Amino acid sequence: MKSVIKGAGYILVHTPDMVLHNGTTQTTERIVNPDGEYLKELPSHIRSFDQALSYWPNQVYIGNKTPDDLAAVEQPWYDKTCDVNDRYGKFGQIMPQEEFLLLMQACDVFDLVKLDKDFVAANKPALAANPIMDESILARIGEGIDGAEVARLVNEEHSEGLYHNGTLVGCVNRAHDIDVNLSAHVMHENIVSKASSVMALLSAVQNAGISKDEVEYVIDCCEEACGDMNQRGGGNFAKAAAEIAGLNNATGSDARGFCAGPSHAMIEAAALVESGAYKTVIVTAGGCTAKLGMNGKDHVKKGLPILEDMVGGFAVVVTQNDGVNPEINLEILGRHTVGTGSAPQAVIGSLVTDPLERAGLKVTDIDKFSPEMQNPDITKPAGAGDVPQANYKMIAALAVKRGDIAKADLAKFTTEHGLTGWAPTQGHIPSGVPYIGFAREDLLAGKISRAMIIGKGSLFLGRMTNLFDGVSFVIQKNSGETQAAGVSEEEVKGMIAKAMKEFAATLLAQAE
Amino acid sequence: MDLENQKRVKEFAEQYGPENVVVLLGAAEGEASGLAAETVTNGDPTYAGPLTGVQLGLKVYHVCEPEIKAEFDEAVYDEQVSMMEMVLDVDDIVSEMTSIREQYCKY
Repeated sequence: MKSVIKGAGYILVHTPDMVLHNGTTQTTERIVNPDGEYLKELPSHIRSFDQALSYWPNQVYIGNKTPDDLAAVEQPWYDKTCDVNDRYGKFGQIMPQEEFLLLMQACDVFDLVKLDKDFVAANKPALAANPIMDESILARIGEGIDGAEVARLVNEEHSEGLYHNGTLVGCVNRAHDIDVNLSAHVMHENIVSKASSVMALLSAVQNAGISKDEVEYVIDCCEEACGDMNQRGGGNFAKAAAEIAGLNNATGSDARGFCAGPSHAMIEAAALVESGAYKTVIVTAGGCTAKLGMNGKDHVKKGLPILEDMVGGFAVVVTQNDGVNPEINLEILGRHTVGTGSAPQAVIGSLVTDPLERAGLKVTDIDKFSPEMQNPDITKPAGAGDVPQANYKMIAALAVKRGDIAKADLAKFTTEHGLTGWAPTQGHIPSGVPYIGFAREDLLAGKISRAMIIGKGSLFLGRMTNLFDGVSFVIQKNSGETQAAGVSEEEVKGMIAKAMKEFAATLLAQAE
Repeated sequence: MDLENQKRVKEFAEQYGPENVVVLLGAAEGEASGLAAETVTNGDPTYAGPLTGVQLGLKVYHVCEPEIKAEFDEAVYDEQVSMMEMVLDVDDIVSEMTSIREQYCKY
């Protein structure tokens, strides 16, 4: 039987100091142009936590506002204040940097993250008050060390500094003296990814209303790699995050595919559950420090705040069919194959129209499409346009070519079957999956019948192939059958007894 | 234009002779097409890549321009490009490309 989406978690972390110290646009600029205007201008464009909270797309990401609400707000959004500025939402939360630095320390099991003891004392109560935290995680937080020792580690031992409001408050030590894969920089990046994945896992488990012990398998689909010099991408982020999140009955593995990773992982999770291999699987991903402030130069040049100051994460709980929650339909899968080619027409055809055609459906039979859901407030000033909108225009154009809609209805199609982008530009995070939480609600409420999630990935960035990649799948309303609706042993006995009675009656009748 | 692509265009122009090279673009809008066309004719306007200050003056077209469309097998064009032709602002692209060619193209 088809698997269902039991719940989802979406979290953000406001990391203004990591924009300055860890985003590759900034670290590159510090090497090639250290005295340039950009680095001088940048600090005055950093947003406060309150500004990040009242930013419309962030409130949509954690579920306090809907994509439809956002579509009704005139762009740009950076200069508008959302009427909701709660840090908690129905899908998750927006965590401030100071709490997250403590969570990073809790997620480090090799004693690499060191925090200033005054910083720990000042901020531990705030983390303890966070509703997704429990005793097992809080007990992992140490007392901290002297500030002078933190400074010495950064200055003399190649440790990566952890800053808050411009002050050094901790560091991540290197895990090996010469192995670049265990350098302080890599460990910092990986621990941020792990800690944000833990947040997403905890939110998803809570939102799905399941117990932690029910989770049997976790698939991590972020874009980082962990390992040492002998196995650079050895893994396993999934199990590492599951350990901290307290998912004691789970094992797991990592799935990678650049921005297509989450969609690949969702299909794998659905297949694992539908096959009966595992009953409950969570797909999870933490965020990416390298992409913080990625388009910062364009934002600063145009007088905008740095909008890429959020680390993102998500997790989706996939379980056996309960007769209620929306189903993942593995009979309608789109896939960009080795032979598909890279023309946009071939890509969209392979991901959208080909699978629908195989299933005997029209493009208009899908109520909502969720391709790359990047926030246009971030991408438009950087010259990349409105990414979701560009995708909808392509899908609409293919629908016209197939005769599913008239050419005059092209614009109407993009509004009716599309969504306005709200996700941070964290690569894999905006790729198809941000809508799953809302899709589940819209399907449960009967607002829509089918949604298509589309993930696309730029494999050529890894220089192993020139190929592009992508997969898609359909979520549909539940047909009403349940896993438990099968036949029990008692019923089988009853049916056999009834059949034997009837057989005996037939024999008696023949004898007479 | 991507720095790696600038390097390749420069190498091809040296290898085959600039008069024998045609650059074919597939950019998604007029401004981006114009920037790429300017790069391979008058030099990199962003002063970042190998074509900075190099005026190759190459012939450059966008795949949706009528001159190029006429060169295609109709069925192949329909299969590979017609969807994007419907999505793009072709008039804007043609006007940008024509303007750049009139100013800087040497061949």
